[in-house]
Amino acid sequence: MGHVTAPAPLEIEKTESAEEVFAVPEPDVPWVTIVHNDPVNLMSYVTYVFQSYFGYSKDKATKLMLDVHHKGRAVVSSGSREEMERDVQAMHGYGLWATLQQDRK
Amino acid sequence: MPGQFEPLPGGGAAVALDEVEISIIRSLAVQLLELIGPGPAEDAPEDPLAELFSEGPSEPPADPVLQRLFPDAYSGPDVEATSPEQAEEQRQYSAEFRRFTENDLRAGKRDNALAMIRSLDALASAGEGGAVLKLSTEESQQWLGALNDLRLAIGSRLDVVDEEDTDLLYRLPDDDPRKPMVMAYLWLGGLQETLVETLMP
Repeated sequence: MGHVTAPAPLEIEKTESAEEVFAVPEPDVPWVTIVHNDPVNLMSYVTYVFQSYFGYSKDKATKLMLDVHHKGRAVVSSGSREEMERDVQAMHGYGLWATLQQDRK
Repeated sequence: MPGQFEPLPGGGAAVALDEVEISIIRSLAVQLLELIGPGPAEDAPEDPLAELFSEGPSEPPADPVLQRLFPDAYSGPDVEATSPEQAEEQRQYSAEFRRFTENDLRAGKRDNALAMIRSLDALASAGEGGAVLKLSTEESQQWLGALNDLRLAIGSRLDVVDEEDTDLLYRLPDDDPRKPMVMAYLWLGGLQETLVETLMP
């Protein structure tokens, strides 16, 4: 250790491989709202929230709820950062555990 | 049936509650109100702009119940920062989100708990012993939110962090000091479960 590589100056033109290394998220990459599993919220309540807030069908809401339950989390909406902040705030209002992040795949 | 909401014809829901049940829900709702605390404009109620322009906190609350009710928006489980810089960015974003949302979220949860107390107080003055609580659709939605917040609060106090903890609660011996709180937690779960059914679109 002891040797630290200095970050490349911004002016340097990036080659294709360098762009992969510096995978800075693009502004137009969508953001997503993620709901996390917790053992307190009832499955029926979580389904109800997805139906009444997002307007999802019973089938879609149930599938998302089951993803949260079994996989620990599910992406419930995507869009601009502002929209996702609105969704996360609404989920917190309902008592669901939600976060937002940029959708890096 | 006791402890179960039933849909009312034309919308809304009803449940029969006895005196003890009314006082338990009321007392839990009051405790929740006290925990959530007064709104930012509480000190200057005659100034309608105070609440509009006051900023919320940027640090997460210290109390574990409040942490659960008002979680960070930019970091959670399985959302690991890939670098210290990213972790710092997430912290700043969460702080900013909190500043602009937490007061509103607190106000919304306060309104729901207050609506719950108001409908119980209207009941208590109406009759002796038990009573049938009738809620409009709007009141049902407020009750649903308040019941959920109460269960989150109690679940947090009881350290319910995964499914196994819930299973353990069902098997607590009768002399366990947590038993009364567990009974309340499970009973509120039944109320919420049957109330949500009456609201299903």
